[in-house]
Amino acid sequence: MNANRLLDTRGLVFVAILVAAAIIVPVLALATPTGSALHVPPYLVALMGKYLCFAMLALALDLVWGYCGILSLGHGAFFALGGYAMGMYLMRQIGPRGVYANPLLPDFMVFLNYKALPVAWWGFNWFPYAAVMVLLVPGVLAFAFGWLAFRSRVTGVYLSIITQAMTYALQLAFFRNDMGLGGNNGLTDFKDILGFNVQSDATRATLFSLSALALVGAYLIARAMVVSKFGKVVIAIRDAESRTRFLGYRVESYKLVVFTVSAMMAGVAGALYVPQVGIINPGEFAPANSIEAVIWVSVGGRGTLVGAALGAILVNFAKTWFTGVLPSFWLFALGLLFILVTVFMPKGLLGLFSRFQRRQAAPDAPVSVTEAQS
Amino acid sequence: MMVQCKRRVTRPIATVFFALCAMMFASLAMADALDDTLAKFTTDKFPDTQAAIGELIASGAPIAPKLFDALAEGRLLFDSDENKLYVSDGADNLVDARTGEKANVDSPDDLKKVRVNNAVRAALETARGSMSLMVPDPKARIDAAETIFKSRDPASLPQLDAAIAAEKTARVKQALAEARAAIIVMQSDAPEADRLAAVNTLNARGDQDSVGLLNELVAASQGRVKTAAANATAAIQSKLALWNNLQNVFYGLSLGSVLLLAAIGLAITFGVMGVINMAHGEMVMLGAYTTFVTQEAIKAYKPELFNYSLFIAIPLAFLVTGFIGVVIERSIIRFLYGRPLETLLATFGLSLILQPAVRSVFGANNREVGAPAFMAGSFDFGGLAITSGRMWIIVFAMAVFVALQLVLRATSFGLRIRAVTQNRRMASAMGIDTNRIDALAFGLGSGIAGMAGVALSQIDNVSPNLGQSYIIDSFLVVVFGGVGNLWGTLVAALTLGIANKFLEPLIGAVLGKIALLIFIILFIQKRPRGLFALKGRAVEA
Repeated sequence: MNANRLLDTRGLVFVAILVAAAIIVPVLALATPTGSALHVPPYLVALMGKYLCFAMLALALDLVWGYCGILSLGHGAFFALGGYAMGMYLMRQIGPRGVYANPLLPDFMVFLNYKALPVAWWGFNWFPYAAVMVLLVPGVLAFAFGWLAFRSRVTGVYLSIITQAMTYALQLAFFRNDMGLGGNNGLTDFKDILGFNVQSDATRATLFSLSALALVGAYLIARAMVVSKFGKVVIAIRDAESRTRFLGYRVESYKLVVFTVSAMMAGVAGALYVPQVGIINPGEFAPANSIEAVIWVSVGGRGTLVGAALGAILVNFAKTWFTGVLPSFWLFALGLLFILVTVFMPKGLLGLFSRFQRRQAAPDAPVSVTEAQS
Repeated sequence: MMVQCKRRVTRPIATVFFALCAMMFASLAMADALDDTLAKFTTDKFPDTQAAIGELIASGAPIAPKLFDALAEGRLLFDSDENKLYVSDGADNLVDARTGEKANVDSPDDLKKVRVNNAVRAALETARGSMSLMVPDPKARIDAAETIFKSRDPASLPQLDAAIAAEKTARVKQALAEARAAIIVMQSDAPEADRLAAVNTLNARGDQDSVGLLNELVAASQGRVKTAAANATAAIQSKLALWNNLQNVFYGLSLGSVLLLAAIGLAITFGVMGVINMAHGEMVMLGAYTTFVTQEAIKAYKPELFNYSLFIAIPLAFLVTGFIGVVIERSIIRFLYGRPLETLLATFGLSLILQPAVRSVFGANNREVGAPAFMAGSFDFGGLAITSGRMWIIVFAMAVFVALQLVLRATSFGLRIRAVTQNRRMASAMGIDTNRIDALAFGLGSGIAGMAGVALSQIDNVSPNLGQSYIIDSFLVVVFGGVGNLWGTLVAALTLGIANKFLEPLIGAVLGKIALLIFIILFIQKRPRGLFALKGRAVEA
């Protein structure tokens, strides 16, 4: 019953690697001299931290898509909302060090002639409040959205399109200066996080470790959800929603829980992402970003959790590498990758891997029912 | 051309001329008065200059137009010692302003320019306006009347009266009467009957300027004039509101047609075939580039065909994008039937490839696509300002819709498409080659997207990103209308277009768009399968 344990072999390897990275990378980045072969340069730490945030977003998406069959094309919105909550905290930490040296108002508000701090910004100078908001804002939005959509039995393509409409509407809204969230430019020029300089190597390394550990945490939560009895019902909903409903399960409640938890995970990922890249702007809400996240999951292997994280890291690594080496070729490569993966590897890299494994073990193993369906 | 024009209007001009002669006679009797007027130009004070302009126009002196032109162009010079006024021709030649004879000035460099400020310039503009009430070109006379209407300078009243008496062209006469009314209504010493008649004239004119004027009048007058003005304002405003709404409907129809064009191909590939075609926008973009290439070829080889370039581009765009659609279907989509959400990923990848591919061929800059003569310009229809290009796009969108309905409803190809979408296996059992139908249907949807691209090339920038800006809207239109229903797409596109144009002036373009997005999200909760949902058990499958 390997598949039902909280940590199967694959998960164990995944968690072990992440924990090891959380310890080793900061050590290599901070304790080794700059010239040494083992030294990890600060930019690389931030880059890898960014990948881990994307991995967490992919994991969250895999939870709803891979296990519950809800293809959300708006998960980037939850990611960005978490990011904005963190960005607002970081803005308040700038204090009088901004260009206009206003102790209360961020620069862009002074520039736009704000007289007082908008109500939405109250409390964001206090980290615990901001941290709660990182979870709460995406969570409440997902809950409200899901409550409406799942109760009305909006499914499949329709749901995908309206999640896309949601993130698009948010993008348009955040572009407006009247939102009081920096408009087009977003939030940037961060100085401190919890009293530490965001730019410093030590903070970067710490944020990297935190991202790795948060990814482990998200993985464990997601894994615990899918291997439990609750998870079995969720998978049943994915495979035959009507049948599950007729068996007496309240399908919409299960979906709502999964969707909300996933949105909160995405929010946390966004919150960890912002201090590491140093900016959050409405571009993060772009529908194309959310689709890209779906692609990461698809590349790594849908419904595997580990695969989703792996896909995010691999695709983003390829992106960084290609844009450095062959900038004009990157979009071709990415597009081609999507087509090839969807057409020829419906189960992603991990699917390919486990098929190879199984063929080694039992050449004539019959294809299971669930596999034939998905 | 000019000569003909002149001959046609000789008579009114002659009458005006006589009228002016009569006035001139009076003013000649007071030749000293003219000298005094001209002397005011030489005091180098703005109020004096302004007064001089007023007197000059009232005097009707024949030298006035020349002086005004000279003043406007800074060629009016004066000698402060002798109080004499000269007109320079821009070079070194000077003429005496009073006599029009060549003047010999000892030291031309000592002459000073008559200076103008904004107030003088405004007075000058009015003066020249009332002067041009007699030019031969009727259009210019209307413009002159409009200038007086706006300035409402009582000094132009004599010229106006003379011009009205002489005018034969009805439209010009009306414009002159309106200008006269604009002056009369504000004169509190004018007879009440005249002012009431003037209010009526303004009411008949019924535009925004009249409303502004009448509002001023309501504030400034009492009694019957005030009541009449208030009534007229209300009448005009309700009429304007009606036209304004109609104008919004037209803009909305125009936007709706654009949405319809962008979405209707998607209604086939997505709505009928269930393929979430994210590369649909790129098909539109390719259609626009086909138009560009067609126009370039026509410019290079047969420039005389340029006005027909769009008619040539439409079938070409259909063939090019339709062919690409068939290729896409055969090479990618056919492996993904039954997995609609995965077609989304593959076609998104395709759009990622097509955009830079087009960028590397045509460059990242916007490409210029010209408009043929019949699509340029605009015309007025009642109180509506209608752009020809927009109108043709509405016509084109409707034509495409009707053609597509005919293909689907009245041809055997359409019958086969519908059969395959409704029950693939049964259709196959009846001998329909489903693979072929799939490919052709996808080609049809893509081809229509290409035709939409021809139309969009007229109103949008032809760039590799052209398609991206339409893809989300297109999906929303199809989903809002109800997947698999072309009528739904039509209603949805027009509704969203009109709603957008009515929301824009109320809450702004961006908020209006957000409001519509939220509306669609909520609407889908109420009707999870769009406006016109397919009924029956098949939809649950």
